[in-house]
Amino acid sequence: MSVTGVPVDLEPPSGQEPTEVPRGPGRLGDRLFGGSATLAGTIVIALVTLVGVFLLAQAIPAIAKDQVNFLWSREWNVDSEPLRFGVRDLLWATVVTSIIAMLLAVPVGVAVALFITEYAPRWLARPAAQLVDLLAAVPSIVYGLWGVATFTPFVGPLQNWLGSTLGWIPLFAPKYQSSLFVVGIVLAIMILPIVTALSREVFSQTPRTHKEAALALGATKWEMIRTAVLPYGQPGVISAAMLALGRALGETIAVTMILSALAPGSPWSWSLFNGGATFASLIANNAAEFDSPEKTGAYIAAGLVLFVLTFVVNAIARIVIERRKAFTE
Amino acid sequence: MSHTATATTAANDPDSSGARHRDPLFTTASGGRKTKDLIAKVVMWAAFLLALSPLVWILWQVISFGGQNLMQSEWWTHSMRGITTRREGGGAYHAIMGTLLQGLVTGLISVPIGVFTAIYLVEYGRGRLARAVSFMVDILTGVPSIVAALFIYALWVTTFGWNRVGVAVSLSLVLLMIPTIVRSTEEMLKLVPNELREASLALGVPKWKTIASVVLPTAFSGIVTGVLLGLARVMGETAPLLILGPYTKNINFDLFSGNMATLPTMINDERQYLALPAAHDRVWAAALTLILLILLLNLAGRLIGRAGAVKA
Amino acid sequence: MAKRIDVENLSIFYGSFKAVEDVSMTIEPRSVTAFIGSSGCGKSTVLRTLNRMHEVVPGGRVEGKVLLDGTDLYGSSVDPVGVRRTVGMVFQRPNPFPTMTIYENVAAGLRLNGVKNKKRLDETVERSLRGANLWNEVKDRLDKPGAGLSGGQQQRLCIARAIAVEPQVLLMDEPCSALDPISTLAVEDLITELKPKYTIVIVTHNMQQAARVSDRTAFFNLSAQGKPGNLIEIDDTTKIFNNPTEKATEDYISGRFG
Repeated sequence: MSVTGVPVDLEPPSGQEPTEVPRGPGRLGDRLFGGSATLAGTIVIALVTLVGVFLLAQAIPAIAKDQVNFLWSREWNVDSEPLRFGVRDLLWATVVTSIIAMLLAVPVGVAVALFITEYAPRWLARPAAQLVDLLAAVPSIVYGLWGVATFTPFVGPLQNWLGSTLGWIPLFAPKYQSSLFVVGIVLAIMILPIVTALSREVFSQTPRTHKEAALALGATKWEMIRTAVLPYGQPGVISAAMLALGRALGETIAVTMILSALAPGSPWSWSLFNGGATFASLIANNAAEFDSPEKTGAYIAAGLVLFVLTFVVNAIARIVIERRKAFTE
Repeated sequence: MSHTATATTAANDPDSSGARHRDPLFTTASGGRKTKDLIAKVVMWAAFLLALSPLVWILWQVISFGGQNLMQSEWWTHSMRGITTRREGGGAYHAIMGTLLQGLVTGLISVPIGVFTAIYLVEYGRGRLARAVSFMVDILTGVPSIVAALFIYALWVTTFGWNRVGVAVSLSLVLLMIPTIVRSTEEMLKLVPNELREASLALGVPKWKTIASVVLPTAFSGIVTGVLLGLARVMGETAPLLILGPYTKNINFDLFSGNMATLPTMINDERQYLALPAAHDRVWAAALTLILLILLLNLAGRLIGRAGAVKA
Repeated sequence: MAKRIDVENLSIFYGSFKAVEDVSMTIEPRSVTAFIGSSGCGKSTVLRTLNRMHEVVPGGRVEGKVLLDGTDLYGSSVDPVGVRRTVGMVFQRPNPFPTMTIYENVAAGLRLNGVKNKKRLDETVERSLRGANLWNEVKDRLDKPGAGLSGGQQQRLCIARAIAVEPQVLLMDEPCSALDPISTLAVEDLITELKPKYTIVIVTHNMQQAARVSDRTAFFNLSAQGKPGNLIEIDDTTKIFNNPTEKATEDYISGRFG
């Protein structure tokens, strides 16, 4: 195959024989392969768009028929016309359980990460990391099972004691055993491996020179960690916490199994020992009853709020990571 | 930075010298600083033990309650057909197969999409479309499983009017699995040195063959690891099953019709009768089976990853 | 079979940044041409335009012509894949394919281009490894991973891999910079042996090496930091090292060589 086509804007080779430049089977293959790759990427875009469009298309008619404020009402009545549903209670339960989980999981998770990277003897570091990773391999339904059967009764006395001594604070008013508080603790256990795994990664990347500089100044190990490791790892820890929070907000089955539902019309309470329902647990609890489009739409609307919530949290995590990248590069 | 921190601690303690050697030649760190250091050490150890306690607790419970059933061959070969909740016996065969089948289909759909998307992002993607794809993958990463399930419900049941069957569950799991595969594959492809791509291109090998014959084989074990870890994650998911995969006590291998049992729904179904000894043991046995399945996938993934890492 | 290369008014860009400006030169067949010059002057960049590897870098593009025996490599109907099969390349760091054995590495170029004939592959692998002075060292372990060889052996394996596809021209981008002196010597001997059959272009930071192996030498330089690199002069190696025309060349040579 000889090459005769010479760009029009250039003069043709003068009198020389054209070189034989073979043209391989590459063209078609390249187009097919590159095309498949682009197609796959496009499928992902289409998929996400489709998710958004479908959920909105189902949620909007239901919200339009809603007789109360969707964001502010505490009612959830979708079984009979007219529909009256709002997400305030769901938002409260979802956010409170996730905050409890964060308050417990972030400090412990970071401490475990420091233990693995700085304190554990060499022989223990790897197995320790793997053991903590094992926590992530336990499916959430098993956490739910353990939470219901074992952990709730176990924390009962602690809840009772807190309720009786601190009960005058609205947050600790005595209510139920299967409470937001218990759910928060179980969620903390579930997200702990996420916090630890990501923090461990950033801590282990702390430049040796930073650490040695601190030690050479006569810092103790803890001082070295405070002056070199923690500041370096801070953005990583924040993004780890955010990703873990995203996970906690959307957790379904464990919450569904543990949290006791409230009777419709129960009075508002600030208590952590109250029952309730999160977005995910409400949807899961009623999954068998999606019979009319409006009813389904109401649950989907709740799902959308959850989606937006996790999206915002994940976006914050990503922004923190990006900033850090820009900073280190 | 370290300067100021040391200085402030030193200011609090008049006799601190900053040296931490035991050698009498040097003054040792002051009592206060040493105490803090010790406290920190104790706290770290305590945090680790605290984190391990639920793991040990759960595993112990699952094994002691559920281990018995797993020793019986009936558990691995029989379904729950005809077994009432009060009766002993029955097995998880139907649920194990359901979980495996749905996982397999999920993998078959999401691996090509995920791997090719990663290839697009690393090898081809430039400019706007690539950024859009990457952004969408990020969004998918954050989609809670219950929302993914709601979407498939809205599409499959509400829009098309089809039944809740195995393949619908798989589709919702695909949504959860694609982002993990894309991200792990992307990571692995980026680890393949550019020099290898250039070496291949310089031999006159077309780009697609370079990717297929040089880049992908080099990244292969890492990609497999990502796929197995992703599978392990989605197989333990329960939320989509609640919405799209009703339980049955019978064996059903048909992904397109009828209810199909899975381990999570088996647990969910029998847990209502936790007070009955037979059901109690079956619930924990199913939980143990699910944990073992997921651990096996995790272990296989890690081993393959490590074997590949040595070779490269 | 070796080809002559004519570079005409070649300018090379990374995006909007002009890395090399207006290079014109002739590279003779069956000879070794060395590119020398300080770091960042664009000599490797020029080398990579000779087999269209430059455009693999995002934003990489060229203006001007590179004629291989009269055919413009950048002609609109020319397939870069075909160009690279005709103009082979050896890289700075040895880069054998880690998933392939020694045999597969050498055969990679042919196999990936669809050659399946076992006999032809066997012959080519032996001929190429002999051509790269590696046959005797590896003939008993052809099925072992290429990554298990020493650095110098790996680089000769890469040369064998490059000549296995029977290119007309062989480009070498600082092929010895990652090697120890003994391996360097082996590769230099190899270059001299390959000279009668190929057009060889070698980029090197090592003046002695340029003096030892090359027939012609091209000197590149930057007029200033952030400005594009230029070709200062190209001439017989003995002339460049003993009696260069340009003052800049003399300064560089005497600074580095004298």
